Amino acid sequence: MSSAPQLVAVLALCAIWLAIGVAGLAALHRFHLVARVLFPAGGAVALAIVAAALPSVWGAPQSVVLPLGLPGLPFHFRLDGLSALFLLVLGGTSAGVSLFSAGYFRQSEGTAPGLLCLQYHVFLAAMALVLLADDAYAFMVMWETMALASFFLVISNHRIAEIRRAGYLYLLIAHIGALGILLCFGVLQANTGDYSFANMRAQHLSPFWASAAFLLALAGFGAKAGLVPLHVWLPEAHPAAPSPVSALMSGVMLKTAVYGFLRVAYDLLPVQFWWWGVLVLALGLASAVFGVVFAAVQSDMKRLLAWSSIENIGLIFAGIGLSILFAAYKMPAVAALALTAALYHVASHAFFKSLLFVATGAVLHATSQRSLGKLGGLLRVMPWVGWASLLGVLASAGLPPLGGFVSEWLLLQSFLFTPGLPNSFLNMLVPAVAAVIALVAALAGYTMVKFYGVIFLGQHREEKLAAARDAGSWERLGMAWLVAGCVVLGLFPAQFLDILAPVTQLLVGASLADASGGSNWLLVPVSVERASYGPLFFFAGVAASFGLAYFLVRRLYHGRLRRAAPWDCGFPWLTARMQDSAEGFGQPVRQIFEPLYRMRRELPTAFDARPRYAVEVGDHFWHWLYLPLARLVESAARAIGALQQGRIAIYLLYSFATLMALLLWVTR
Amino acid sequence: MTGLTQQLIDLFAALLLLLAFAMLAQRRILSLIHLYTLQGAVLVAAAAVMGYATRQPHLYVSAGVTLALKVFLIPSLLHRVINRLNVRWDLEMLINVPTTLIAGIVLVIFAFYLAAPIAGLAASIARGTLGIALACILLSFMMMITRSKAVPQVIGFLAMENGLFFAATAATYGMPMVVELGIALDVLVGILILGVFMFQIREQFDSLDIRHLEKLKDD
Repeated sequence: MSSAPQLVAVLALCAIWLAIGVAGLAALHRFHLVARVLFPAGGAVALAIVAAALPSVWGAPQSVVLPLGLPGLPFHFRLDGLSALFLLVLGGTSAGVSLFSAGYFRQSEGTAPGLLCLQYHVFLAAMALVLLADDAYAFMVMWETMALASFFLVISNHRIAEIRRAGYLYLLIAHIGALGILLCFGVLQANTGDYSFANMRAQHLSPFWASAAFLLALAGFGAKAGLVPLHVWLPEAHPAAPSPVSALMSGVMLKTAVYGFLRVAYDLLPVQFWWWGVLVLALGLASAVFGVVFAAVQSDMKRLLAWSSIENIGLIFAGIGLSILFAAYKMPAVAALALTAALYHVASHAFFKSLLFVATGAVLHATSQRSLGKLGGLLRVMPWVGWASLLGVLASAGLPPLGGFVSEWLLLQSFLFTPGLPNSFLNMLVPAVAAVIALVAALAGYTMVKFYGVIFLGQHREEKLAAARDAGSWERLGMAWLVAGCVVLGLFPAQFLDILAPVTQLLVGASLADASGGSNWLLVPVSVERASYGPLFFFAGVAASFGLAYFLVRRLYHGRLRRAAPWDCGFPWLTARMQDSAEGFGQPVRQIFEPLYRMRRELPTAFDARPRYAVEVGDHFWHWLYLPLARLVESAARAIGALQQGRIAIYLLYSFATLMALLLWVTR
Repeated sequence: MTGLTQQLIDLFAALLLLLAFAMLAQRRILSLIHLYTLQGAVLVAAAAVMGYATRQPHLYVSAGVTLALKVFLIPSLLHRVINRLNVRWDLEMLINVPTTLIAGIVLVIFAFYLAAPIAGLAASIARGTLGIALACILLSFMMMITRSKAVPQVIGFLAMENGLFFAATAATYGMPMVVELGIALDVLVGILILGVFMFQIREQFDSLDIRHLEKLKDD
């Protein structure tokens, strides 16, 4: 036991999480105990997990066998660099979200607070244990626990039919994904009957079976991560869940799918083929473009963030795909660069997306509005939430000096190395792909301008918004922690790369630390001659020019503050409804990318007494893939239902005929 | 000695088959229960003789269990059920008796055809009777199909279990003790559940005719 101190510590902390959950069940309706004691305690445990996992990023893998579960089938746990990195992301993000939750949950909203506390902490513990599992049995048990806990969290407001429907869709796709993962493990153990990951690593699969395992893993983990075409649950489930839960699902749970995919693709499978990389890259890009294009036209703020999560997961998978491509062609240094970009994006997306989701939660509580068309001007009444979201939005849009920029920049850098590939076809194609990444980054910026501008800037679109209250102190604390995460990831990338280096070393056998020439303040992906980025210098430049401009305006120019009504073009009744709306802002994108949407527009005629404009943006996948599939299943079920006669003699005859046929078949 | 036991086992097997045909043709529920009891008794005798011939004491145990269960307990339960439900007569069959019997003969031929290759592999002294055991199973199954009342169907189910028991004894000197006890217990629990069902059906439809159950199907 003492040979694995960090692993035992993390497992013990997970047990504490579970204990906190059970304590919540004991204090089912004692709201203040649950909210003010148990949730912050959960946040403290999350921080302790970060502290416990940090040293093992550099350390040797540790493993432990716990005699839990079925007799003769113990749980294996293992903590290596990859697990430790994802534990850092999990702990760091959930600490902030737990603090926020302490102030967020209200007494009479859906599930009882104690029950919510149980589900929340079981969810956290299951995610941590998924990252630690070292055999397929433990992995699947934890994976399903995670899915079920999050399902119950999603439907915590289960009296609303729409939420129940979203929860059902989520559960359905989660199970399709779990089926893929289970089959993948079945292929990986290669008929040895031993489902430990150690045994899977030792197997040498033929190319066919290795590809089968890879494709199953891609489908299974892709369903959980929200890759196109298995993304449809995301825009439904995220708005349905309470905001801290959406934050955890989008920020952390999607990352466990990334973790699982990396574990299978790099650790459990002995080789990589180039076409795997191309496939993952293509799917990732499709998700990124599809996600961002849909995010740009949403008018529900949580749905917008959900689509943006699909986009970010797409970028992460694009990075992974590129790294698989390079790894298959034995270019470890560049593979490490692409993988670093993907992992960096995992961390920064976890922080900024959690931040944005909890911010929408605060807005939702203050205004009880989710629709962008009824918000506006909240920066003045909710300055804490407004400024925190501004940083989150900047990170999400990929602007320097925040976290999102570093990862997207690294990703673009890694695309610049594709001319080194020995496959001329790919050589020509991949630079075009880099352009797509640039497009996605630009549209993400556009989306974030819309998100922030419509909610926080301008005038209140509704009268009652002026009475909105800012977030409470627990919520501020949680958001401040998440903001700090975004800022640290943006300003100190070289230090974070030190954490990533052993992980990429583990997976592709190379790391960026080899190349960066040892400078601590400059981010150098390959060599100083090619490209480098010093976020602190950049930040200093931004701060200096901002300070200078401020000083010049306030001191040397007139320096007076003048408030006046905006110019109204001579039109006397200027109202808040004349501002650019969410629909109006998204209209150009809707026009340009029209073939991607399934739009239904309701335009008023010139003679309408009560003119009304409505637009509904649907998903082609839903109508071209899911509905036909559902119809197929339904008609098949009806055909099979015809067998149901209702007469026992007929049912017995079925059995009899089957028995005869089988007997004939075995004695043939 | 072996000649005599061999003859006895063949005799019991033939009796079993005869009883199976008799059950297939029998219309009266009361007689059906008597036939079932008789079949159980023949089964006990067959198991005991086989245990004596092969010096396998566990066959005596299973013979004892069979005696207690299939000759005394289950028939008495069935008698109580038909007395309480007052259904001593069974007049309806879905297919008429001669047709059923002809189909039964076809089934017996089929069973022997199936059993021939398996019997060649078995090493027990009763391997020649495997075909009969299989025929008993199939005939009981057909009895379940052709009856329209609940009680005869239950008896068909029980007779099928008799056939299975005989098949296991004939091919491999009985199943492992644990399995055999488990099956015995299953049959006991099964008959209790079916008894409850019969009372429920009767209460619901005022009759034990299971054709009423067709109404339960939703459209």
